[in-house]
Amino acid sequence: MDGQVFLQHLTNGISLGSLYALLAIGYTMVYGILRLINFAHGDIFMFGTYMAYYAITSFMMPWWLSFIIAIMLTVIFGVMVERSAYKPLRNSPRISVMISAIGASFLIENIAIVVFGGRPKTFPVPEMFAKVLRFGEVSIVSVTLYTPVITLLLLGVLLYIVNKTKTGMAMRAVSKDYEAARLMGIDVNRIISFTFAIGSGLAAVGGIMWGMKYPTLLPLMGMMPGLKCFIAAVVGGIGDIRGAVLGGFILGLSEIMIIAFFPALTGYRDAIAFVLLIVILLVKPTGLMGQNLTEKV
Amino acid sequence: MKKHRVLTALAVVVIIGLLGVFNLTFDSYRLRILNLCGVYVVLGLSMNLINGFTGLFSLGHAGFMAIGAYVSSLMTMSPELKDTVFYAVPINPFVKAMSAPFPIALLMGGIAAGILGALIAAPILRLKDDYLAIATLGFSEIIRVVATNLQSITNGALGLKGIDRVTNTGWSWGIAILTIYFMKKLMDGSYGKAILAIREDEIAAEAMGISLFRHKMYSFAIGAFFAGIGGGLLAHMLGTIDPLMFRFILTFNILLIVVLGGIGSITGTVISACVVTSMMEVLRFLEGKMDFGFFEIQGIPGMRMVVFSALLMSVILWYPRGLMGTSEFNWDFILEKKYLKLFKKKKTVSEEK
Repeated sequence: MDGQVFLQHLTNGISLGSLYALLAIGYTMVYGILRLINFAHGDIFMFGTYMAYYAITSFMMPWWLSFIIAIMLTVIFGVMVERSAYKPLRNSPRISVMISAIGASFLIENIAIVVFGGRPKTFPVPEMFAKVLRFGEVSIVSVTLYTPVITLLLLGVLLYIVNKTKTGMAMRAVSKDYEAARLMGIDVNRIISFTFAIGSGLAAVGGIMWGMKYPTLLPLMGMMPGLKCFIAAVVGGIGDIRGAVLGGFILGLSEIMIIAFFPALTGYRDAIAFVLLIVILLVKPTGLMGQNLTEKV
Repeated sequence: MKKHRVLTALAVVVIIGLLGVFNLTFDSYRLRILNLCGVYVVLGLSMNLINGFTGLFSLGHAGFMAIGAYVSSLMTMSPELKDTVFYAVPINPFVKAMSAPFPIALLMGGIAAGILGALIAAPILRLKDDYLAIATLGFSEIIRVVATNLQSITNGALGLKGIDRVTNTGWSWGIAILTIYFMKKLMDGSYGKAILAIREDEIAAEAMGISLFRHKMYSFAIGAFFAGIGGGLLAHMLGTIDPLMFRFILTFNILLIVVLGGIGSITGTVISACVVTSMMEVLRFLEGKMDFGFFEIQGIPGMRMVVFSALLMSVILWYPRGLMGTSEFNWDFILEKKYLKLFKKKKTVSEEK
C-alpha cells in the first residue's frame, strides 16, 4: 500500500470515527446519569437525518437553516422519548427500563417505516460539503474534512458545559450519586432532560454529517451505528465524554484500516466492533478511560 | 397431590386431543399458525429460563437459533440437494457428507447451540446486566456475520433452500409439551431453586454455597440448547433460511413473548407465545383495505408492527408484571374455586351499588 492510498484511508477512518464519536457521547452521557443503554439513540440519529432531508427537499429551506431546524426538532424528540419511555420507570428495576428502551427503539423504527416510507431516500448534499478537494494524488470530499473539525469543536463546547457551568456541575453530581444530588436541591428530572437534549442534538449533528457522507436514508439506518457507538462508548470507558470520543475514533479507524489492509475481511466489517467489545469487556471492563466502580452489598 | 396428577394427565390428554382435532380440521394457513405457536412456546421458554428465572439479561437468542437451524438443516438436506443449492461456491465436503434423520438432526442442532452457549458463557458471565445484554447481542451478531461469510458451509447470504418441511403439529407441539414438562421438573428441583436464589440475590446465594458460575453456565447452555431446537423446528417449518432471518428483531419477538407473559413464569410464556403468534396474524387486517360501509381506509403497510410495538410499550409502562408475573398455573386455584369467589365478590360489590 503506498502513502497516498494510506492517507486516503486514514482520512476516511478519522471521519467515520468522528461520526461514531458524536453518537457515542450521547450514549455515554445517558449511561453516566441513568445507568441505561439508550437503545433508541440510534433512532434519534435517524430522525435527525430525516428531518434535515425533509426540511431541504419539502420545505425548500437553505441548508444551514434546515440543519438548525432539524437539530432543534431532534432535541425536542429526544426529550420526548425520555419523558414518555424512561421517566415513568425511574424507580423500576434496570431490566424493565432496558426492555422499555428496546421497545421504544422498535416503536420509533416501525413508525418511521410507516411515516417516512421503507424506500431509500437520497440526502441532498449542499454544494459546500460535496466539493472534491485534491491534495496531490489524494482526493477528499470536503465533508470528510469538516466532520472531525466539527466534532472536536462540539467536544470543546461540551467539555466546557460539563466542567465549567452550574448545569454541568449538577450533571456530574447526578451521575455520581442520584439520591444525594436530589437532596442537595438539584432538579434531577430537569438535568436528565438536559442530558437527553445534548445527546440528541449531537446525534442530529452526527446524523446530518452521516447523511452527507453516506447519502442513503433508510428507517433502519440508525440500528447498526447505534449499536456500534454504544460499543465505542464502552471501549472508551462508559460515563466519560473524552473516552467516548476516543472510543469512536478507535472504532472508526480500526474498521476502515482492517478492511484496507485485509480486503478478504470486508464481509466481516460489522463484526469488528463486536469483537472489539468482547475483547475490551474481558480485558478491561471499565474501558480505556473509565474509573473502577465496585458494587456494594 | 394424587388428585392433581390425575388432573394434569387428563388436561394433557385433552390438549393433545384438541391439537389432534385442530390438525384434522384446520386449513393449511391456520395449521401453520398453530405450529408456529408451538415453536414459539419452545423459544419463549428457553429465553425465560435465561432471562426470567436466572436473571441473566441475554439478547443472544437469534444467534443460538441460527446455529440450531443451520446445523439441523444441513444434516437433513440430501447431498444432491446441497449441490444444487450451493451453486455459487462449492460446498465443503465434510458438510456435504453430514446426514441424519430429522429427530437426530434436530437434537444435534440443539446440542451444537448448547455447546456454543456454554463456550460463550465461560467468558461473558463475568459481566452483568446491560453489559451482559450487549455482549450477548454482540455474539449473536458475530454468528450472523460469520454465517453470511462462510459460503462453503452456510451458502452465505443466499441461504439454504428446499429444506424438508417436516415440522408438523406433532413435532412442534410434541416438543413444546416436552419442553414445558422439562422446565417444570427443572424449576421444581434443587437446580431450579438454586437459580431462583441467584436471581433474587447473588451474594446471598453464594453465601448459601451455590456455585454462581456453574449454575449460570448450565442455565445458559440449557437455554441455548432449547433455542437451537426451536431454530431447527423453525427451519424445517419454513423450508428456507438465510442469515437475515436471524437479526436482532427475532430476539426481540421472543423477548416480547417473555415480557408479555411475565418474566419468570412458564404458564405466562406458554399463553403469551400462543396469543402473540396468533395476534401477529390477526393484526394483518390493519394492512389490508378496511371497509366501514360508507367509507374505506386504504391499508397502510407496516401498521401491524407499529401497533405491536405500541402494545409492548404500554404493557411495559403500565403493567410491567406481564400477564402472570412470576406466578404459575396451579390446580388449587381452580379446585378451591378461588376464581369463583373472585367473581362472587365482584358481584356483591356491584349489587351493593
